[in-house]
Amino acid sequence: MIIAVASGKGGTGKTTVAASLAATLADNEQPVFFQDCDVEAPNAHIFLKPGIDLRVDVNILIPQVDEALCTGCGRCAEVCEFHAIVVLAGKPLVFSEICHGCGSCTLECPEKAISENPKPLGILEGGHANTQIRFAHGLLNVGEPMAVPVISQLKKWQVPHQREVVVRDSPPGTSCPVVESIRGADFVILVTEPTPFGLHDLKLSVQLTAELGIPTGVIVNRDGVGDTKVDDFCTEVGLPILMRIPLERKIGAGIAKGDLLTEIYPAYEDRFYQLFEKIEGILVERGDKQ
Amino acid sequence: MKQLVILSGKGGTGKTSVTAAFAHLASSVDSPVKAILADADVDTANLELVLAPQVLERQDFWGGKIAKIDRDTCNGCGICQQVCRFDAIHLDAFIYEVDPIACDGCAACVYQCPEGAITMELQLAGEWFRSESLYGPLFHAALTPAQENSGKLVTLVKQNARLLAMDESYNMVLVDGPPGIGCPVISAASGADVALIVAEPTAAGVHDMRRVLQTTEHFGVEALVCINKADIHPLGAAEIEAFCREEGIQLVGQIPFDLSVTEAMVQGQTVTSFAPESPASQAIQEIWVKVMNLVLGGP
Repeated sequence: MIIAVASGKGGTGKTTVAASLAATLADNEQPVFFQDCDVEAPNAHIFLKPGIDLRVDVNILIPQVDEALCTGCGRCAEVCEFHAIVVLAGKPLVFSEICHGCGSCTLECPEKAISENPKPLGILEGGHANTQIRFAHGLLNVGEPMAVPVISQLKKWQVPHQREVVVRDSPPGTSCPVVESIRGADFVILVTEPTPFGLHDLKLSVQLTAELGIPTGVIVNRDGVGDTKVDDFCTEVGLPILMRIPLERKIGAGIAKGDLLTEIYPAYEDRFYQLFEKIEGILVERGDKQ
Repeated sequence: MKQLVILSGKGGTGKTSVTAAFAHLASSVDSPVKAILADADVDTANLELVLAPQVLERQDFWGGKIAKIDRDTCNGCGICQQVCRFDAIHLDAFIYEVDPIACDGCAACVYQCPEGAITMELQLAGEWFRSESLYGPLFHAALTPAQENSGKLVTLVKQNARLLAMDESYNMVLVDGPPGIGCPVISAASGADVALIVAEPTAAGVHDMRRVLQTTEHFGVEALVCINKADIHPLGAAEIEAFCREEGIQLVGQIPFDLSVTEAMVQGQTVTSFAPESPASQAIQEIWVKVMNLVLGGP
């Protein structure tokens, strides 16, 4: 089973929820494979404190033109949708930072003058947080715009074992990196806060999970601030509220240090296990209907 | 004309609340700043929730292209699937189909298809708006969920803000940035004179602040830091202070945790207009004066 934790608005508590859920499952002898897909601002390692023993580069293939073979015909530039290769005064110029590495120019060059070299976009790191949690995350290189290839490589990097529950921490927002993070998940937990910003962005996230056809539930974090409109919205569209985490100074201070919710209040272990059982229940019920 | 962008790395540190308060402060009658506002968080735009914009103009945003296979022309050879590096073409019941979400829009398949059965279709990916807000003109957008090219939309929003600023002699474009360090952040920061990083004194906040500061340095944008919710974790605040001192980055102020920030948001207002005497408002006001002087190059 793959559970993705996402939110439209940033800073609502995605990582807190994902890491605490993973720790709870591990304590209940359920093996977990944790994937931190927020490759721009990854934080789960701060909470799960894994030992890292595997490291690989994420590369894309960037064209290199052999000028001895190039006739300056310009076909490469013609087929590049991203304007990452241009031909000026008969000479090709490659802009590697905007190249998507699709290989179209290489295939189309009539002189076979283009070869490809790997260019690093980021790295993947993996290890274990404890005997029951396998951990992996990606890090986008600074200055590199494209997060999606790093996320998709991270997802493909290590195959989950059959018994493992995959917990994926997603970046904030609703655009392509989020789509890549939650694609293929069996369930999405949307973490929100009961404020106008939280509600506005929750509505967009719900549109996204609906478009992808992934069953979704909500966790209301910092419950007690703001207003009741998130609750009203969830009732109106029939979204289950799976858990509420109150706004509390002790929780805020603990998370600030890098503690899990289950470390701040051990009673949260039961609540996170019930959360997991609720999700299982929702998926079984859906499976029965289909 | 100067460009100030508000960034954070980590989401939810208070970028939009700070930007909105700056917009309010910049609109006061004796302000030396005349600002145009741009919301560069195009997938989850929130500035509009506290600035009460009246939309004056709306435009479609055409994003990337997506491949489409014509079933009648396709001979089922499968070359498209072989050349696609984005795993976007699948064989489904003997028919090759493009997964529009996985498709990168590179068109490699279009050129390799021996039957000419594949065409590229432009995608309507959202809208952008020119509005008149409580505190001046606002350019903002709504990227349709699941769409690509947020960087392109950010650039479009900012370009239009700059054009109006130049036409009507505004002296600042105030840009509310997105979280992260990737494509929309790079678009938001590009061309900025100064980036103000709103940092949170948590372990995660400090980690991500460093990543965004590396990013602004990479692109040669001068960065300032302010700490939001500074008192929720004094050790973290001290770590940020020490870091800024070591790196020679100016720390322009600390905003205390203050529920009036959330109360203002619930009322659809900026904190400085809703509760001007609150500790957060006072701190933001001091930060604004410093940032404004640094950006304008004044005393």
